[in-house]
Amino acid sequence: MDLNIDFGYLISLIPDLLPFIPLTLFLAIVTMVIAVVLGMGIALVLRSGLPVLTHLAFTYVSFFRAIPSLVQLFLIYYGLPQIFPALSGMTAIAAAILGLSLKQAAYLAEIFRAALGSVDKGQMEACLSVGMTRVQAFRRVILPQAIRNAIPATGNQFIGLIKETSLAFTLGVVELFAQGRILAASSLRFFETYLALALLYWAMIIIYTFIQQAIEKKIERPYQS
Amino acid sequence: MITVKNLKKRFGDNVVLDGINLEVKEGEVLAIIGPSGSGKSTLLRCLNLLEKPDEGELIIGDKQLDVHKMSSKKIYQLRQQTAMVFQHYNLFKNKTALENVTEALIIAKKIKKPEAEKIAMKILNQVGLEDKVHQYPVTLSGGQQQRVGIARALAVNPYAILFDEPTSALDPEWVSEVLQVIKKIAEQNSTMIIVTHEMQFAEEVADRVIFMADGNIVEENTPKEIFHNPQSPRTKQFLRRVGSGEEDV
Repeated sequence: MDLNIDFGYLISLIPDLLPFIPLTLFLAIVTMVIAVVLGMGIALVLRSGLPVLTHLAFTYVSFFRAIPSLVQLFLIYYGLPQIFPALSGMTAIAAAILGLSLKQAAYLAEIFRAALGSVDKGQMEACLSVGMTRVQAFRRVILPQAIRNAIPATGNQFIGLIKETSLAFTLGVVELFAQGRILAASSLRFFETYLALALLYWAMIIIYTFIQQAIEKKIERPYQS
Repeated sequence: MITVKNLKKRFGDNVVLDGINLEVKEGEVLAIIGPSGSGKSTLLRCLNLLEKPDEGELIIGDKQLDVHKMSSKKIYQLRQQTAMVFQHYNLFKNKTALENVTEALIIAKKIKKPEAEKIAMKILNQVGLEDKVHQYPVTLSGGQQQRVGIARALAVNPYAILFDEPTSALDPEWVSEVLQVIKKIAEQNSTMIIVTHEMQFAEEVADRVIFMADGNIVEENTPKEIFHNPQSPRTKQFLRRVGSGEEDV
């Protein structure tokens, strides 16, 4: 059987696609940084038990976990400027980062809440008993242990996010996937082009997985007998 | 001096401390004994406000707190007068033995790191752990972990040290090394309150023993009197039970 696959063409595409990886990574990393900060804030509110705020945080998580990313991106990029004309100047990249961050933060808030909750209560008590404040205890003892608990699930979220950045193409951002589509449309070699894309995403995830393993190894050191 | 006036604490409908009055002199070692659920651990945890009392007044050294006029600043100040040794050690799991001891010195007391390490090394030496200082808690035996816990409490140089059943989570083989360390500290004229199930240890180390039951102090006396000439029927019953328990082993 003669499979109609041109591997030479596939390899020749890689240099055309590589320059778009930085934008994809930029989207993923900036989104992640915003989501980690926002998610941690929400997690702390969820744990605080403050009456009104807790309810708001809970509603936030419920809403942003429920709606499809695509709907959310369209809502922000095409919908919001209709209500707030000032936002019509918003770039597609900003809208993509905003939309993905809001959603990512909702997932991370749940992960962080569980991670903080699984730190032994005695750790905070020990801090207080030797005269540390709650804030000092959180920063020096509770948070480092919670990070350890949160790393595996947070890493999974980040991997999901790297792939979700491809949705930005729907707003007209020419990131890795959008460039792949452009190349496929002009050459009509769909299989080679999308396989090249798939391999590039795979490579990014493999590299990230190595980085995460290195981080985990470092963080796990105190807990290994 | 530590003074506790009319200290009350309830969990739901359950009255855990029913108006405790207590004084501990400077340099005195007080042991608290009693059956489980008698409120002895809660009393200790109220002294450093890990539990918030419902009513009463606490005076530790020169810091006073009225439960009805608590503020986070007052709680913080009172807490700094004591340090606690926990039943389950509660060592900071992400820190080495040395860091466990220096942490409060550097972060809470703002002592420079080299100075804090010097203090910590001296105290870890006292508890016999000079060769374990760079190990993480998970690599230490229960006895070693508890000795780090004691070192951590000693390091902040508190007005009083609170021991909450310091040996009851330990395997029997580690109990005596920890008790030895506590005894050594007691001999240095530290003010100590020890909640314990080790009756023989309480008799040896304490200047005074109180027996608690149902949230009340039932009997209070010298170790000799409490253990060999108890007055209250509850005390007698408790000691008989504890005694017969030991014979069963």
